[in-house]
Amino acid sequence: MMRLEPRTDPSNIMIGLTPILAVLATMIFGGLLFVFLGKNPFDAIRMIFWDPLLGEHAFYYRGQILVKAAPLIMIALGLSFGFRAGIWNIGAEGQFIMGAVIGGATGLALYPMDSFIVFPLMILMGSIGGLLWGLIPAYLKIKFNANEILVSLMLVYVAFNFLVGMVTGPLRNPDGFNFPESRSFQDFPSAHNPELWSGTGIHWGVLVTLGIVIMAYIAITRHIFGFNVRLAGQAPRAAKFAGVNPNKMIAICLGLSGALAGMAGLFELTGPAGKLTTTFPVGYGFTAIIVAFLGRLHPIGILFAGLLLAVTYVGGDIIQSQLSLPKASIQVFQGMLLFFLLAVDVLVNFKIRIGKRITK
Amino acid sequence: MDISVVSLIASLIVAATPILLAATGELIVEKSGVLNLGVEGMMIMGAICGFIAAVNSGSPFVGFCIAAISGAILSLLFAILTQYLLANQVASGLALTLFGLGLAALLGHSYSGIKPPSSPKFEWFGMSDISIIGPIIFNHDLMVYFSVFLVLIVWIFLKFTRAGLILRAVGENHDAAHALGYKVIRIRVLAIMFGGACAGLGGAYLSLIRVPQWTEGMTAGAGWIALAIVVFASWKPWRLILGAYLFGGVTILQLNLQANGFAIPVSYLSMAPYLVTIVVLVIMSADRTRASVNAPASLGKIFHASS
Amino acid sequence: MTLIRLDNLTKAYPGVIANDDISFEVDKGEIHALLGENGAGKSTLVKMIYGLVQPDFGMMRLEGKGFTPTEPRTARLAGIAMVFQHFSLFEALSVTENIALGMENPPSLIILSDKIRKVSSKYGLSLDPKRLVGDLSVGERQRVEIIRCLLQDPKLLIMDEPTSVLTPQEVETLFLTLRRLRDEGTSILYISHKLEEIKVLCERATILRRGKVIGTCVPKNETAKSMAEMMVGSKLKSPKKSKANFGMPVLEVDELTLKSLDPFGTSLKNVSFNLRSGEVMGVAGVAGNGQDELMFALSGETLTDKNSIKLENEFIGQSNPVQRRLLGLLTAPEERLGHAAAPEMTLAENTLLTGFQRQKLGRRGFLNKSGAIAFAEKIVQKFDVRTPSVRNGAKSLSGGNLQKFVIGREILQSPRVFVVNQPTWGVDAAAAAFIRQALLELAEGGAGVLVISQDLDELMEISDSFMVLSEGKVSKPRPAKGITIEEIGLMMGGTEIA
Repeated sequence: MMRLEPRTDPSNIMIGLTPILAVLATMIFGGLLFVFLGKNPFDAIRMIFWDPLLGEHAFYYRGQILVKAAPLIMIALGLSFGFRAGIWNIGAEGQFIMGAVIGGATGLALYPMDSFIVFPLMILMGSIGGLLWGLIPAYLKIKFNANEILVSLMLVYVAFNFLVGMVTGPLRNPDGFNFPESRSFQDFPSAHNPELWSGTGIHWGVLVTLGIVIMAYIAITRHIFGFNVRLAGQAPRAAKFAGVNPNKMIAICLGLSGALAGMAGLFELTGPAGKLTTTFPVGYGFTAIIVAFLGRLHPIGILFAGLLLAVTYVGGDIIQSQLSLPKASIQVFQGMLLFFLLAVDVLVNFKIRIGKRITK
Repeated sequence: MDISVVSLIASLIVAATPILLAATGELIVEKSGVLNLGVEGMMIMGAICGFIAAVNSGSPFVGFCIAAISGAILSLLFAILTQYLLANQVASGLALTLFGLGLAALLGHSYSGIKPPSSPKFEWFGMSDISIIGPIIFNHDLMVYFSVFLVLIVWIFLKFTRAGLILRAVGENHDAAHALGYKVIRIRVLAIMFGGACAGLGGAYLSLIRVPQWTEGMTAGAGWIALAIVVFASWKPWRLILGAYLFGGVTILQLNLQANGFAIPVSYLSMAPYLVTIVVLVIMSADRTRASVNAPASLGKIFHASS
Repeated sequence: MTLIRLDNLTKAYPGVIANDDISFEVDKGEIHALLGENGAGKSTLVKMIYGLVQPDFGMMRLEGKGFTPTEPRTARLAGIAMVFQHFSLFEALSVTENIALGMENPPSLIILSDKIRKVSSKYGLSLDPKRLVGDLSVGERQRVEIIRCLLQDPKLLIMDEPTSVLTPQEVETLFLTLRRLRDEGTSILYISHKLEEIKVLCERATILRRGKVIGTCVPKNETAKSMAEMMVGSKLKSPKKSKANFGMPVLEVDELTLKSLDPFGTSLKNVSFNLRSGEVMGVAGVAGNGQDELMFALSGETLTDKNSIKLENEFIGQSNPVQRRLLGLLTAPEERLGHAAAPEMTLAENTLLTGFQRQKLGRRGFLNKSGAIAFAEKIVQKFDVRTPSVRNGAKSLSGGNLQKFVIGREILQSPRVFVVNQPTWGVDAAAAAFIRQALLELAEGGAGVLVISQDLDELMEISDSFMVLSEGKVSKPRPAKGITIEEIGLMMGGTEIA
């Protein structure tokens, strides 16, 4: 019989090993899924994990990886603080949208002003948009004890409808033949977030993301804020005893993750997306949840997890075009990854024993 | 404005039924002390599996059965993760939703634009001809009555049966229940699977009756709203009906306003159900003492019998 | 005649042999004490009898027949009933529902309510079957457990530390009930570490130490001291108390009123007292009478009216825990794991909980990790905390060691006022003596020490003055000298003693 036996201290080996185990398990079961779909599993796995990095056309894909990884990492970093503290913001997608809409509207209001101040102002306003959107569930939780999971999620749908209202209304491109989309930021140099070095995919958002990884790393490992976040998540009563104000923690964690998601939205809008449309949100806010967990809520882990998930996104595009598989198959793949991660996680805090207990 | 109150009420019942089904299942899950945030994922799996089964068999009944089974199977994954592998319930529920949404989209890839076999109205021996009451109460398909019947059963189960008492005890204090010799994990796994089956039925109701066709992401947050309605109901079965019908009313009202070319743009009207859900959640949670008395005390906590 | 006989029962957990070759028997109609320190293996042993845990080795015989319960159900059907130390009750359910859950084939709830009324009046244990358990006092909750057992006409009733939560008067009532049951032929296995009680109640006692049977004795023929020495295995020093020398009041609580946040908690009503420098003040009372709320109000986890708490010259009712620590008010809550310390964090990290500001274990918000390690090592050394390293998790320590760590962490920060709740709860005798000595020395050094405890013997041993917390109100403090247990019992019941 198999039993779980608690470890006295969490296993450091397993903390590092479990994400790798999860990826391997996902490859195996994902492969089975492709067999089920009537495709060669080895081709599919190769296209997802290998081709984007080292395949024949990798020079093109590599840039795409950074473009997709940056928002995932930036959002996941924000979420990771809240997740550690037991504050569940799952509405990052909505904050991402609001950041893009508010920051984008700021820029569009200034169109066609030619000033270096426009883009930084848009970043600021985008972050504030996400921040405020994230503070709604925080306020409702602090003041009325409303569950932040449900509120933040509901606000995704509200934000999406707001976006639709904006691109069909006030923000619609006046020169755009009534299409439901905004002016393109590529035609607005002061507000454009261009690829800085051609072919690399690096835009301002990628650089800012790297900076935030480092700051988050310092905060979580060296600063009392990170310590309090961990404490609040592991032992809420002990955190209160230590003097951590739970309400402040809720506001900071939701506000921070909202601001980062909003900033990511703004970079995405002004760079890779180019303009506000109803198809602007592609689910980065949800995939970032997977990134956060896969990275073990640790900034460096999130960096790698974000890159990995970006690879699967690009790989997903490849299998979509080459094996004519639906786009959703990569979503299944990513969901599976989170499942397996949660499943093997048990090894960090428990040992598996087979057979009867040791007797003397 | 041309909005008939009678048809409005009749259609709000239809709009509320998928959520009522899913919320009833989740109520049992939460009463056992487990928070399964994967309702959305299980609903959409029920929607597509039920749809596929109904289209291929030509029978909505088969569709609903398969939907319930598929919801239960998906929930079993959650049960294994949280009950045997002691994974965090919030994260596992999210995983279930993300996975379910993806898998459903994959399965339903070639099923968009098809019409499912229609479900007949339940025959009330001519009572549907009674004015006002007839169209409101006696002119629905069987699942509408089943969903209300299910609430009744759940109420009886929780209030009057020993099994229901044990379920509540497990949700209240799993350590004490374990000390008395109850199989906490087994009871919870069963509750989770019941919740999955109900969510699957709710999803199938969307794709087979309410819409009726398959579109990707068609649940559009219905699973999350079902979770909110459980809070709204303060974990009391009868109040689920009130919550679900209130939500159904808002949905139908805003759809009617849209159809009648009301002065507010469609996109803002579409926010209404979600905003109402938030408002309702706030109102019901504001009284902390009452909220904490009604909520199962072990909700969301991990159980491991260490000795 | 023997009712149950245990032969060579052995049970090992990873790293520890909880029960090692245990053999003894309980006669019919006997109250048999199972005596031992915390961690001696009493709980594991009774869990095996109750079917919650299966032995690795050895056997049991009930009325001469082999008895191997694999789950509580089988044990209950065989006539074993158990009252748990941490009650196995459900707060949001009614008394009747709670009792039904502990029975094999309960009648309908209406008939059961009737039976509960009958049994409760027969044994003088008054109880309303309709009430929610969450609304009951601790003593009443225990009655629920006892009645649950009695309704099954048990042959053997196991009671795990039943008196630790009762007032002296409630203990008397309990003993009457137990003697009556014994006279009716029920055997009782009575687990306790309270020696005086065992002397008056039990016919025989089996003593466990570190998982082994040390011996069986007749408590009437022993002294409390001789049994204690068998239990602990060495001679115990009681803490030395030097002559008290009180200074100015350091903590003044004035008309403190606070609504409990817990729906089943007790609100504080007009609590007033002064604690002087150099004084150890004991706060007695049964759990659930406002201890947690008082602790929260003093630690700053719940804020109160600004003027209701005064620390030396500052009104601190609105100050948060960090501000209070900086001013010199340190606290140690009852629950070690999860409240006073974070289970998953290392000992070094756990110093940061209360030491970050006052002990300056960081600068401008950045952690000084080597400082934390050094401080943790100092605690480990000065308070004799047994751990391989300060990098081990708090949850890996035994109860006694972790408690020494928690108390040491606060005392080494030289508090002006130290408030501690249940300082030696669930701690082995040696560690308890060590902690009490440390509290006395702290007071000698000029700090005010407030000890909230349910252990009257402990309070009598270390307190200079004494008050009772009952239903959220405190009695007038009075000098501890000359006070008797009976008087305290009356105070707990709400009677004011002039």
